[in-house]
Amino acid sequence: MENWRNNKIAFFILSMPPTAWLMIFFTLPLAIMWVYSFADRGPQGQIELAINFDNYIRAVEWIHLGIIWKSIWTAAIATAITFAIGFPLAMGIAFAPPQWKNPLLLMVILPFWTNLLIRTYAWIAVLRTRGFLNFGLEWVHDKINAFFALFGLTDVLGQFEALELLYSHNAVVIGLVYVYLPFLVLPIYATLEKLDKSYLEASLDLGAGHWRTLFSITFPLALPGIISGCLLAFILSMGTFLTPDLLGGTDSEMIGNLIARQFTSSRDWPFGSALSFLLLYFTFIVLWVRATMSDRNSGPVK
Amino acid sequence: MPDTDKTIISVQDVTKRFGTTVTAVDNVNLEIKEGEFFALLGPSGCGKTTLLRMIAGFETLTEGAILIDGDDVSSVEPTHRPVNMVFQSYAVFPHMTVEENVGYGLRVVGTPKAEIDNRVKEAIDLVRLSGLEQRKPNKLSGGQQQRVALARALVKKPKVLLLDEPLSALDAKLREAMQLELVRLQENVGITFIIVTHDQKEALSMANRIAVMGDGKILQIASPKTLYEYPSSSFVADFIGQVNLFDVTEQGVAHGELTLTVDELGAMVLPGVDTNRTYHKLALRPEKIGVAREKPSEIGLVAIPAKLVEDSYIGDQSHLYFETPGGKSLSASVQNRDRDDHHLNKRGEQMWLYWHPAHFQPLSD
Repeated sequence: MENWRNNKIAFFILSMPPTAWLMIFFTLPLAIMWVYSFADRGPQGQIELAINFDNYIRAVEWIHLGIIWKSIWTAAIATAITFAIGFPLAMGIAFAPPQWKNPLLLMVILPFWTNLLIRTYAWIAVLRTRGFLNFGLEWVHDKINAFFALFGLTDVLGQFEALELLYSHNAVVIGLVYVYLPFLVLPIYATLEKLDKSYLEASLDLGAGHWRTLFSITFPLALPGIISGCLLAFILSMGTFLTPDLLGGTDSEMIGNLIARQFTSSRDWPFGSALSFLLLYFTFIVLWVRATMSDRNSGPVK
Repeated sequence: MPDTDKTIISVQDVTKRFGTTVTAVDNVNLEIKEGEFFALLGPSGCGKTTLLRMIAGFETLTEGAILIDGDDVSSVEPTHRPVNMVFQSYAVFPHMTVEENVGYGLRVVGTPKAEIDNRVKEAIDLVRLSGLEQRKPNKLSGGQQQRVALARALVKKPKVLLLDEPLSALDAKLREAMQLELVRLQENVGITFIIVTHDQKEALSMANRIAVMGDGKILQIASPKTLYEYPSSSFVADFIGQVNLFDVTEQGVAHGELTLTVDELGAMVLPGVDTNRTYHKLALRPEKIGVAREKPSEIGLVAIPAKLVEDSYIGDQSHLYFETPGGKSLSASVQNRDRDDHHLNKRGEQMWLYWHPAHFQPLSD
């Protein structure tokens, strides 16, 4: 059978629509934003085309550097926690009995079936002062008090004080971990699933315990998947907008919110464009570092 | 050959079921002596690999017990069993050099550095990998990876070395060389080897004793020669090499000796065979059959006319397929001693097949 790729006309006709779509709705707007990032903001927020680096210089002022640093830091913490939860989860699914794998994977992907906005609102209901988390904690608290009351000890734990979780930096981290967990679990799962289990059996056979096998064999062999998953969670957390907007407090602003504000209330598209491109360049650098790293140790990790 | 009569592995009434329907290993009993080169031979799916993995500890036993050097290891983790395994895929750790791979099993149990260095060097010399210590596995050939896997297991000085289809991934020439090498290695180190294979030639050429498995059961345990010349069932006879099977139509005893009657051949006296059992088949190996133009005049031979219907030339020998006047198919293999001796290979030609009745192996199934 003839390969349709070799038929130039067919190839051209079939590749035209997606190419045109990407050009018009992705590349072109991006190019416009790139041009804007060198422009000036007029007094009423209009865009005055120019070629200067004022916006980029403004972006590295201390106040903005602080927000960028905070974004990196928040994303890093969220990624670390996501990894701590996600790696055991991915391992659990990869080594589960075959008939359990698909249901478990489905549970990881299930949240994608609901809109992110709605899911984030759900977290408000969980985390707020009179939310489900505090109700649960209060119930446990009361039970403990009641238990000690049986022995005549009243009010051992004192009055229940609700945790002030919502609208704080912690709430943002919790939200990020929740949202990006699947993005970290899936690449790690894919690597572990492909991993020849006889490597692990060989390690056990040679006298290594389960922990030693985890750190000396599983971990290094799953490293490509771990790096991919962590980078994905980190990059997505870095650029997040919705989570800090809904769950964060006044001090939780991240670079995504800063950019969003430029396009809305501040009406400063040129500065917003410059910030967007800085974020894009940052992402490219991270990916480039990862690519060169994987080139260097491109072993036959099957 | 085994030096002592000490039993190193004892498999006692072992059964392994997966779920409720699949019985992979069915009530197997096996005694393996210290220093033996033992082969588990059988077609794929016969349970031989499952049995090996139960000895290594990767599968639990449904019933029965496995003793290694007298200790019941049924509930011992693979980590703590005094056996080591060479995996079918070799499982050489791709992120470690040859040296690191070989030393891994010593490092994880905290062997002193100096001792590790010595033993690793010794093991690498033993499998002839000197000079490749710093190579990563992706820079090694399949045969070399195999040697790493061997060295990595042998360096632990296990009581038994388990080999799961170790040669199946190598090409034919290399496989033959490795067969000899494994035998040499086993004689050098004196460790008991248990090899799982589906290749009967591999088992025959390497092992001291072979257990033939089929459908989860052990069908026969014997030396290679006994297995080939005196198979106990038609399955074993057929699995180990080629065989001609004749149906026995009548069984009798004459002058205290067994006589079996076969269509077209008549009654045959088989001296020295147990007369109390019932036999249903006679087995005859193709190379025991002589092929001639004229009826052989020698007394005491079985002779039958047959027509050559098919021949296949495989270099050192030719496999000839005949049909008797009664419609029975027989195969004979002949050595091609003369370069130009093709006079036998004319299809449709009428010839005589003959053999000595002592070559018949009576079978009860």
